[in-house]
Amino acid sequence: MKVMNCPLNGPRNISEFAWGGEVKPMPDPASVDDKAWADWLFLENNEAGVVREWWCHVPTSFWFIAERNTVTDEILKTYPAGDVFNARVEFSKKAENK
Amino acid sequence: MLPAFFPLKILRYGLSGKYPAERFIPPAQDLKKSYDVVIIGGGGHALACAYYLAKTHGITNVCILERGYLAGGNTARNTAIIRSNYLTPEGVRFYEQSLKLYREFSQELDFNILYSERGHFTLAHTDAAMRTSRWRAEVNKQLGVDSELIYPDQIAKLCPHLNMSDHVRYPIMGALYHPPGSIARHDAVAWAYARGAAKMGVEIHQQTAVNGLIIENGTVKGVETSRGTVYANRVMQAVAGNTSVVAKMAGFRLPIKTIPLQACVSVPLKPFLDQIIVSGSLHVYVSQSSRGELVMGGSTDPYGLYNTRSTLDFKEGLLGHMLELLPMLGEVKVMRQWAGMTDMTPDFSPIMGLTPVKNYYIDSGWGTWGFKATPVCGMTMAHTIAHDSPHDLIKPFYLDRFVDYAQVGEKGAASVGH
Repeated sequence: MKVMNCPLNGPRNISEFAWGGEVKPMPDPASVDDKAWADWLFLENNEAGVVREWWCHVPTSFWFIAERNTVTDEILKTYPAGDVFNARVEFSKKAENK
Repeated sequence: MLPAFFPLKILRYGLSGKYPAERFIPPAQDLKKSYDVVIIGGGGHALACAYYLAKTHGITNVCILERGYLAGGNTARNTAIIRSNYLTPEGVRFYEQSLKLYREFSQELDFNILYSERGHFTLAHTDAAMRTSRWRAEVNKQLGVDSELIYPDQIAKLCPHLNMSDHVRYPIMGALYHPPGSIARHDAVAWAYARGAAKMGVEIHQQTAVNGLIIENGTVKGVETSRGTVYANRVMQAVAGNTSVVAKMAGFRLPIKTIPLQACVSVPLKPFLDQIIVSGSLHVYVSQSSRGELVMGGSTDPYGLYNTRSTLDFKEGLLGHMLELLPMLGEVKVMRQWAGMTDMTPDFSPIMGLTPVKNYYIDSGWGTWGFKATPVCGMTMAHTIAHDSPHDLIKPFYLDRFVDYAQVGEKGAASVGH
């Protein structure tokens, strides 16, 4: 079976992981309009080549980022999401305005 | 001209002593400078569209550009099942029209596609699956599709080979029974459309890759190919699996992920399985082809890939579940395996019709449901191109439904577990 290196748990069978889709910059939920939100939610780059994606090690619920080649099926690199995302996203703003 | 299966003609052919092979497609020529319609992709959908453009709309100055060889992609990689017992009214109407076209196919195109009505059984192993089956049956009946929920005693009568025991991980509680469910020879469908279209003047160019699109002021003007520039009034792409790559040349993105779908066949066996057996919960579908091979498929791969490699994990999962349904197959060997690249959409419905680029049309979003839709896609896309306006049957499948939050949630699709 294909093996993926989990940044938390080390090398594990690919069947222990769930695919989370490509990493896309999320628009600010407090100011975004419906169209831009739908674009972010549904539209995919669906790149044939090297991509950066969310993956989850299911038994430990650990989400991380993997770089992968979608043409050759090679996993190039995995690292914790904290390496990229280090600022808090404020979801409560819009709710307060209403 | 008399049809090929006219008895006297067959007799004369048999006694003639000469059996010349029929050439379906004229030998390749140079590309013309321009065409009325250029179709990117040479699979079943593209060929069907060219056929209907010529036949129904009288547009014969049409060119098909195929990077590889004719019908070598998903047209040749599906499991050849045809049915219309979907869940959404939009889906049922669309696939029912396709089934009607398939029934008349061999007569109309004078080509035997080995269309064989088998009866389609979608097994339910949970209360939730029973509920969905009941829901689907009611939607189907409302729209005139032969479909009903049946229970274990009837299933045992109709499918005597199925293991109806309670002592398995997922006992069979019921099934959605769809008597018109069929299989057909998928290559023949593409060949018939290719021959039909070529006879009416459509040019089919294989080994011709499209590397770019010529777009001026938001209107498509032509395509750049590996054999030079070709101008066109209208262009359609029908390249499921590579949809996003081609759409990127046109400058727009789609809600599509390219995910492999694997399948395999067993060694040929004597005919014993007349029915098409499907289980959404177990991710299994199996039928026996006219050659005696069991054609088996399961769910899509767990992650996206532009690759048609096969995995052992897939076969272990599929065959483990299948042996629970048909334990007597334990000693039967797998003979061949393959994979195709599917266009998976978030709502399991296709994306068809107009695009942000004027005179550029799309036939995409063919996840695990493309083969059965081949004739209706050809018919509706030809209409869409000829009138620059989507056919009524495909209006719900427009691209902007995602921005409008008007998805067509098709839980009757094959890869969906209930």
